[in-house]
Amino acid sequence: MTWVLANLEQIWRLTLDHVALSVPPIILGFLIAVPLGWLAHRYRPSRGIVLTVSGLLYTIPGIALFLSLPVVLGTRILDPINVIVGMTIYAVALLARTAADAFDAVSNDVRQSSVAVGYGPIRRFFVVELPLAGPVLLSGLRVVSASTVSLVSIGSLIGVSSLGYFFLNGLNRRFPTEILTGIVGVIVIAVVFDLFLVLIGRVLLPWARDARPSARRGRRAVA
Amino acid sequence: MITFEGVSKRFPDGSVAVDDFSLTIPSRSTTVLVGSSGSGKTTLLRMINRMVDPTGGRILIDDEDVAGLEPVKLRRRIGYVMQNSGLLPHRTVIDNVATVPILEGVKKSVAHEQALRLLDTVGLDRGLAKRYPAQLSGGQQQRVGVARGLAVDPNILLMDEPFGAVDPLVRDELQQELLRIQRELSKTVVFVTHDIDEAFLLGDQVVILRTGGVIAQAGTPAEILANPADEFVASFIGADRGKRSLHVDAEHGDLARGERVLVDGTGRVVGILRDEPGIASSHGAASS
Ligand SMILES: Nc1ncnc2c1ncn2[C@@H]1O[C@H](COP(=O)(O)OP(=O)(O)OP(=O)(O)O)[C@@H](O)[C@H]1O
Ligand SMILES: [Mg+2]
Repeated sequence: MTWVLANLEQIWRLTLDHVALSVPPIILGFLIAVPLGWLAHRYRPSRGIVLTVSGLLYTIPGIALFLSLPVVLGTRILDPINVIVGMTIYAVALLARTAADAFDAVSNDVRQSSVAVGYGPIRRFFVVELPLAGPVLLSGLRVVSASTVSLVSIGSLIGVSSLGYFFLNGLNRRFPTEILTGIVGVIVIAVVFDLFLVLIGRVLLPWARDARPSARRGRRAVA
Repeated sequence: MITFEGVSKRFPDGSVAVDDFSLTIPSRSTTVLVGSSGSGKTTLLRMINRMVDPTGGRILIDDEDVAGLEPVKLRRRIGYVMQNSGLLPHRTVIDNVATVPILEGVKKSVAHEQALRLLDTVGLDRGLAKRYPAQLSGGQQQRVGVARGLAVDPNILLMDEPFGAVDPLVRDELQQELLRIQRELSKTVVFVTHDIDEAFLLGDQVVILRTGGVIAQAGTPAEILANPADEFVASFIGADRGKRSLHVDAEHGDLARGERVLVDGTGRVVGILRDEPGIASSHGAASS
């Protein structure tokens, strides 16, 4: 505990670094995976390609990815960009399939009827398909968020600062308190992110809470 | 007036849903397309608002070929109601009804006021306006579907088995409601069903379809009942099993009060015949 108090400033700094590394991949991953998932949903031939490639991407070992990205991107080896790009690739890999499933799950009746009443294709995507895919996308995003927050720690191996530093340093010094601090810090960030996502869901998808689209009847008492 | 001229539809997978179909649908009356599953009813209906484009022939609305009209614009001036309502589950009742007028540029407050009046028209309590569709019963959802179909005040209303998924009591109620609305608004209604009784109740013109969108017979309910064109029609309307030929049961009934019991050809009691015209029908048991 004394160690924690003595190092509060460093803990806070590394926590901020950790958050700064985690947020962009989650957002970028979402922005890239949603159109990919939609393509996979909409055009049968693209489905196999998108899902296979994203599945393969996920199997690349993290450390190999971080070490090869500077070569591919022409960045310096210590550049945080490497970690962000690497994490984004994982996020896309995780989320593309979920996004495809999310769009598949939108009721065909609803889609047909929105065509019938005169929604054009673009409006249909943003006003009908995307929000209806929302609950599944959100659950996928929560997984991605948790996994990104935990995987970002690996960046410490190549010297990009995050809470992962405490694992490495604690291991080297055989000092459990430091390791524990790192772990707790990562968990706290993951939980805060998750709560935030749930909150966004509550605000953006109010209808998804008490009224599931599949419930056709018998819920009339819900006021 | 909607005119089908030699319309065919072959889907990319090779199946022919409709083959050389011609029909005139008069304005301001109800035409019912009735036929068993797969006879091409939905395909025919969707060719009117260009959700499906024909592979042969043409469809005219008031002598204008729909192929030349922009699909999204065309759909916004045609009401469409389908089974399971197709309401947007993430929009409240009022937003569902107001959605197309708002797309068309009507001010939100105006569209909402209009939507509330439409809820009255279809017999829904205004208190339901803020609910989500899943919080309504199936019958209520269908009413909202009808209200949405009427929201742009369309001349044409396309209805694809709109009452197919509700229980018989609610269906009766919705049918009566539709008859009343149609008396008030006189739209050009094209109604699809596989229930012949529903067709005879609602249709000014009834079109009985075979597989492949082939017209077995078209005419008023009375014409079809009096003169089924062939075996297929007779069997479809139940005439071959005697469902449509009624006789008076001599043994029962209260002759002193001028009431006689009516029985159909299968021996089922279907109602009471009274001397005063017009009353008998309201006491008769529904024949379905
Ligand atoms: N998109 C499609 N692709 C291929 N075939 C289709 C498609 N839509 C319909 N069909 C075929 O066209 C035929 C007519 O279909 P349609 O949906 O018009 O029938 P329906 O009379 O509405 O039937 P139901 O009463 O079951 O709704 C069927 O054999 C169906 O399999
Ligand atoms: Mg159909």
